[in-house]
Amino acid sequence: MLDRIQAPEFKTIDKIVIPHAVAGKLDNGIPVYTIDAGSQELTKIEFIFNAGMYYQDMPLLASAANNLLETGTSKYTADELSDNIDFYGSFFECNVGQDFSSIVLYSLNKYLESTIVYVEDILKNATFPQNEFDIYLSNKRQKFLVNTQKVNVLARRKYGELIFGEKHPYGIDVKLEDYDKIKQEHIVEFYKKKYNSANCSIVASGKLAPNLISVLNQHFGKEAWGIANKPVVDAGPAMQNKQQKHFIEKADAIQSAIRVGRLLFNKKHEDYFKFQVLNSVLGGYFGSRLMANIREDKGYTYGIGSGLSSLTNAGYFYISTEVGSDVTTNTLEEIYKEIKILREDLIPEQELEVVRNYILGQFLRSVDGPFALADKFKAVWEFGLDYNYFDRYFDAVKHVTPAELREVANKYWQEKDLIELVVGKK
Amino acid sequence: MIHFDKFKLANNLTVIVHQDKSTPMACVNILYNVGARDEDENKTGFAHLFEHLMFGGSINIPNYDEPLQLVGGENNAFTTNDITNYYCTVPSENLETAFWLESDRMLSLAFSDKSLEVQRSVVIEEFKQRYLNQPYGDVWLLLRPLVYKVHPYKWATIGKEISHIENATMDDVKAFFKKHYNPGNAIMVVAGDVELQQVKQLSEKWFAPIPEAIKPERKLPAEPKQTEARSLTVERDVPASSIYKAFHMCSRYDKEYHTVDLMSDILSRGNSSRLYKSLIKEKQLFSDINAYVMGDFDKGLFVISGKVNEGVSIADAEKGIEEEVSRLQNQLVPEKELQKCKNKTESSLTFSETDVLNKATNLAISELLGDANLINEEVENYQAVTVEGIQQQARIILDKNNCSTLYYMAKEKN
Repeated sequence: MLDRIQAPEFKTIDKIVIPHAVAGKLDNGIPVYTIDAGSQELTKIEFIFNAGMYYQDMPLLASAANNLLETGTSKYTADELSDNIDFYGSFFECNVGQDFSSIVLYSLNKYLESTIVYVEDILKNATFPQNEFDIYLSNKRQKFLVNTQKVNVLARRKYGELIFGEKHPYGIDVKLEDYDKIKQEHIVEFYKKKYNSANCSIVASGKLAPNLISVLNQHFGKEAWGIANKPVVDAGPAMQNKQQKHFIEKADAIQSAIRVGRLLFNKKHEDYFKFQVLNSVLGGYFGSRLMANIREDKGYTYGIGSGLSSLTNAGYFYISTEVGSDVTTNTLEEIYKEIKILREDLIPEQELEVVRNYILGQFLRSVDGPFALADKFKAVWEFGLDYNYFDRYFDAVKHVTPAELREVANKYWQEKDLIELVVGKK
Repeated sequence: MIHFDKFKLANNLTVIVHQDKSTPMACVNILYNVGARDEDENKTGFAHLFEHLMFGGSINIPNYDEPLQLVGGENNAFTTNDITNYYCTVPSENLETAFWLESDRMLSLAFSDKSLEVQRSVVIEEFKQRYLNQPYGDVWLLLRPLVYKVHPYKWATIGKEISHIENATMDDVKAFFKKHYNPGNAIMVVAGDVELQQVKQLSEKWFAPIPEAIKPERKLPAEPKQTEARSLTVERDVPASSIYKAFHMCSRYDKEYHTVDLMSDILSRGNSSRLYKSLIKEKQLFSDINAYVMGDFDKGLFVISGKVNEGVSIADAEKGIEEEVSRLQNQLVPEKELQKCKNKTESSLTFSETDVLNKATNLAISELLGDANLINEEVENYQAVTVEGIQQQARIILDKNNCSTLYYMAKEKN
């Protein structure tokens, strides 16, 4: 008779082999990192610049410059660019983050050389036509207005400001009037300063063609391009808001967006690994305490989670959820209660075992395939770390004790240090 | 080419195995042939609520998630108007845990009152979060009953109204499980770092003992042909007026499906597409515009929707769409433009094959559509589309009398 009550035997993950990126350089010095893996004839090439929002001196600049790169060059119009890139079935992606901006080309290997010429021109000779700029801005402005009706978006915008301070580049919140202030010449200036070979790195992943480096050299590596300079910004330290509780009322809201968290550290900090495990217990996975209590026991929300966001120059911890407005106060009480329990009680070994294995399983999932491996590489490279970081992470996840986790909770989760924001109704 | 093997257990459970040794993971995808279209009109939202209850413990295992997380696994599920699909991935050496968990909940649920009570609340919060507390969130709650008069596609997966979810009883839950959740009504795909023999052995061990049940018969009323234009105008507190035009089209089973899909790409895929170039860039009528097929299994919808620019009248915006529709009906699409869409489709199909979970889900859906091997015929089917075929479909589908239009108007600010 089959025993359905007893779980089958299982194995824990002892070791994860992460194929490393191979480092090289183009002739003009641009660093190139390649990950040759996978079975599909595909290539993804990321051109990464230190051109994120951290480096902008007015809101919208970094994203507008990045998004408008493909709207015209000295050789091609926006239509010619999109017609050609689309014809070869390639995908062109613009990414703007707090620290980095990138443009990404996804291509079938057989068409890579046909499409890369357009990327070359976009990076070297973008012209930012006024007409394209006007259309872009007007459409973005409308999107901004739509988003302003979402409690979740309002909370996200405001929370950065509360955590980092309204003067810090990570904390600057876009305002409607910013859409009137920004001009085409600001974009051109930002582009000239940031998009140049001295400020560029390349990460290529997929089933790479043997001649990939020579193709890259031909288009991006022959000589320096753009005005060589590496942006240096010292924004000073982030300053968390002094006031602890914040509320933005939205009278017609039937749900409230909640944030609770604080300014903290990034992945270079010595407590980072332990904090990650602790955070998983609180709100980092489906079986976490916040999910178990606030969703699976009380039914207050569709979802609740917590995380530690790691940026180049800072980091912050946050809990985030949307709950029925009638249970906003109850939810906040439960959140503080769960944090208090982690400060006071030891996490049972059995629960910690689930969390350890879950984290390791997620890790295994996150090194699956060439594009995932590229993301893993960037996760350390962006912070000036190396693959050794993952070994240390692994080790910490396997060996951290309940007592150490309680210590970390006491160190970083005192209620007086947490910033609370509610957008909606209480 | 996605290679797979297929077998059936004595209780009629279909099992498909796809080996991919490039990943250290194994995934188990179980598709149940039940969706919102199988609901009673007075108890809508039930298939989706039921999906939540599938995580509330099964007959022998009090909690689904914890044992899975303990072995490094992860799972999720989704419900559509057509199907309910569950999937989990585990490190491949722990594949048996997935079989243990999935077979127990196919055998029977725990039917806990607490789980029903909590998941009713969770789903109601999901209803609010996604459909009520969002600008434009209620569009499909309005549009579906305008487009469909008879077919159960007239309600959304989340349900017609919150009260249907509030009123769900344990008897409903048990009856639904009994009717739809049985081996003959499911397709299981096991993919990743797995061996065929191993999957056969595990399937026999864990799934074969589940008793066979009567496969539910589906008798849905066919939607009668629409013969005149329909419209609905609503006013909402949103910053921009929007227009939604929904046209009846063929089903996923029909051979014209790929033609219609590429027709939507010609209109709106990427910055080189017609609607983007003409209505956003050139005429500046819209800030955002899309054309897409819903992908329904039964006769479905072709949708064109856009947000109208400030200072543009909704009539002018609509005229812009109509002009592009006429162009598609009256002039053949240039071969090169169609080739572009085919290339783009081939490329995205290839990219989608890098993900083993994605392959598993698509194999299950293809099998339900008639044959798992349809997944390998996709590129060919798209390559076979002709410019004449597109013109013909544009004439049949994009006809005024086949269209339901929702005018979603921004309230005037005082």
